[in-house]
Amino acid sequence: MTALLDLELVFVTGKGGVGKTTVASAMALLASQRGKRVLVCEVDAKGDVSGFYEAPPTGFAEKEILPGLFAMTMDTEASLREYLKLHLRIPVVGRIGPLAKAFDFVATAAPGVREILTVGKLCFEVRERNYDLVVVDAPASGHIIGQLAAPQAINDLVKVGLIRSQTDWMLDILSDASKTGLIAVCTPEEMPVNETIELAVRVKQETTVQLSAVVVNRVLPELFGRHEEVVFDALTTAGPTEDLAELVGGDPAPVLQAARLAVTMRRTRSTHLERLREGIDPTVPLLYLPYLFTRSHGLRTTRQVAASLGEELGY
Amino acid sequence: MATGRSTQRAGSRMGPPADSPGDGSGSLDGLLAAKEIVIACGPGGVGKTTTAAAAGVMAALRQGGKVLVLTVDPAKRLANALGLEGIGNTESRVPDEAFRSAGLKPRGELWAAMLDTKESWDALIRRHAPDLQTRDAILANPLYKNISGRFVQSHDYIAMERLYEIHSDGKYDLIVVDTPPTRNALDFLDAPQRLADFFSSRLLRWLIVPYRSRLVNVATRPFYQVADRILGTQFLADISEFFVLFQSMHDGFVERAGAVQRLLSDRRTTFMVVSTLEGVPLREAEFFAQELTSRHLHLGAIVLNKVLPAYLQGSAAATVAQAMKDRAEELANSLAPTLGSVDTTLGDVAQIRRVLTEVAESFLNFRVVALREAEEKSQLGTVPEVLATVPFFDTDIYDLAGLVRLGEQIWD
Repeated sequence: MTALLDLELVFVTGKGGVGKTTVASAMALLASQRGKRVLVCEVDAKGDVSGFYEAPPTGFAEKEILPGLFAMTMDTEASLREYLKLHLRIPVVGRIGPLAKAFDFVATAAPGVREILTVGKLCFEVRERNYDLVVVDAPASGHIIGQLAAPQAINDLVKVGLIRSQTDWMLDILSDASKTGLIAVCTPEEMPVNETIELAVRVKQETTVQLSAVVVNRVLPELFGRHEEVVFDALTTAGPTEDLAELVGGDPAPVLQAARLAVTMRRTRSTHLERLREGIDPTVPLLYLPYLFTRSHGLRTTRQVAASLGEELGY
Repeated sequence: MATGRSTQRAGSRMGPPADSPGDGSGSLDGLLAAKEIVIACGPGGVGKTTTAAAAGVMAALRQGGKVLVLTVDPAKRLANALGLEGIGNTESRVPDEAFRSAGLKPRGELWAAMLDTKESWDALIRRHAPDLQTRDAILANPLYKNISGRFVQSHDYIAMERLYEIHSDGKYDLIVVDTPPTRNALDFLDAPQRLADFFSSRLLRWLIVPYRSRLVNVATRPFYQVADRILGTQFLADISEFFVLFQSMHDGFVERAGAVQRLLSDRRTTFMVVSTLEGVPLREAEFFAQELTSRHLHLGAIVLNKVLPAYLQGSAAATVAQAMKDRAEELANSLAPTLGSVDTTLGDVAQIRRVLTEVAESFLNFRVVALREAEEKSQLGTVPEVLATVPFFDTDIYDLAGLVRLGEQIWD
């Protein structure tokens, strides 16, 4: 399997709330730190990506926000405009309004039209070799299949026409496992793990894209080795706790209780991790990122996550 | 119609007027007793489904009447707990036996149903199609199949449509509905209007113009010339066939979408925004709460889920933790004899030191997060009638007893 950072197009997906954007931002940052020219593209348009780099909001036009790191926000109308300009040589400015509206309308009914404009733009950047790596902060796992399967769906529905001829080269890029990959992000919790396992199956059945890695985010640290937990248990009994209280001059109960909570939380989560490992093809690597006890999110956090990701990848 | 809870309702209507923001001190008990529909919404991954289920369970348990939990995508074990395994679109009653074995005795009935998008769309087509031929033609159309199955926003509309249908049956005193995960939490609010617009659009009329007359019509010709080059004639013909079929249901659909829209803003309907105190989801939830208010929809409750326990914020405890970390060696030496006297294997100084350090560091780590959460909570801009906090449970919630455990946190 091609090393993750050597791919050219990476879609990052996951259930809502698991840290999809964090991982996409960190991966792009890591690649740029390692000397690659990287484009990170936000498809969901929630405007989060720029926040992860503490940069001003991005638009459809790519902007270099850190050395070697470019960011953009997907906009299907702008993508259509660009496409028409490149392929039809239509004097766009005057006509794009109603045309885009019409497209929007057709897109509402015809599956894949909106998606193809997104995937098309991304594949275009790859084909033109404008970047070494394009990282996509893709739609959540509920919607990613529709996105990735769009060229195939269009290919099936549209028999002739310009769109048809366009989907072929996109499919070539998407199905090439040495170029394109999907990263599923999840947390060690019940629903995210279920969704990731289901996603892995659907990706295989319904798309031509390869699942390159599963990133497990917010893994809680293991507090104790086996015998240390026995010591901890003894420490929480009445006698030793009172001794400790006297020695430190305060009640240690909340501190001990918090450790107990941390241990149980980690334990509950580890059963989900086991299910994840069993449910995912063993050839797909699982990468673990630690839970971050930070004050807020920003470039500093993104750097930390990038460093953890780098360690997991062996850099 | 349902009368089971009418007496309780009359009593609880004494609260503040529905449209005024509250101070968060109201109770979910009071809110749910006064409403017929509770729509749980908010960002993904915050425990929306579980919270909605817990609210429904509590209403059935404490208030009585017939309560339906309409859920979208429950975890397997939660579906099991609600008896939803393999049931799908039809409503089924959670057996009393399930409550009894959890040591609970409900006053009312708890019903549950899962939303099956495809099946619900099919039912909708069957209802609105003018004749059998049109119905079958639509159901078999490849574009329709794609729309009902894959098309993202179709979930949003159909969830609200199902809600309307069940509510108008009048079978339930209270319906708690969980909303599908959307790209944008507002999508499902706009879905009925968008569907109505879709059917009334001038563009739709363009698309269903017979192919030949398109090229003669001066107004539409440029559009078709370009569209033909991009999409191909055959595809356009497919699309237009689909829309011709759909157009036959225009009046029914538009009327229905309007009724669904009205139900959302009805005074019997309230919204429960669920979030965690993590920055990104909270921003989204706040935006959503503001949006509800500006659309004159009733924001009844904000439930903050998976909140770290308050004892983590204590400054006295932080001083203790800091001391345990700084003086770990000395403390371990002092504690070793006591621990060793219980069991000789417990008296290892190095090991005690490591345990003390780990415990202290873990507390200080979690405290950073707990303080951040408290700060986020204090800065909430919109406070509805009910503001409830649910602690981080150390285990998953997967049965009725667990739902009650969660429910009790938000009930009074």
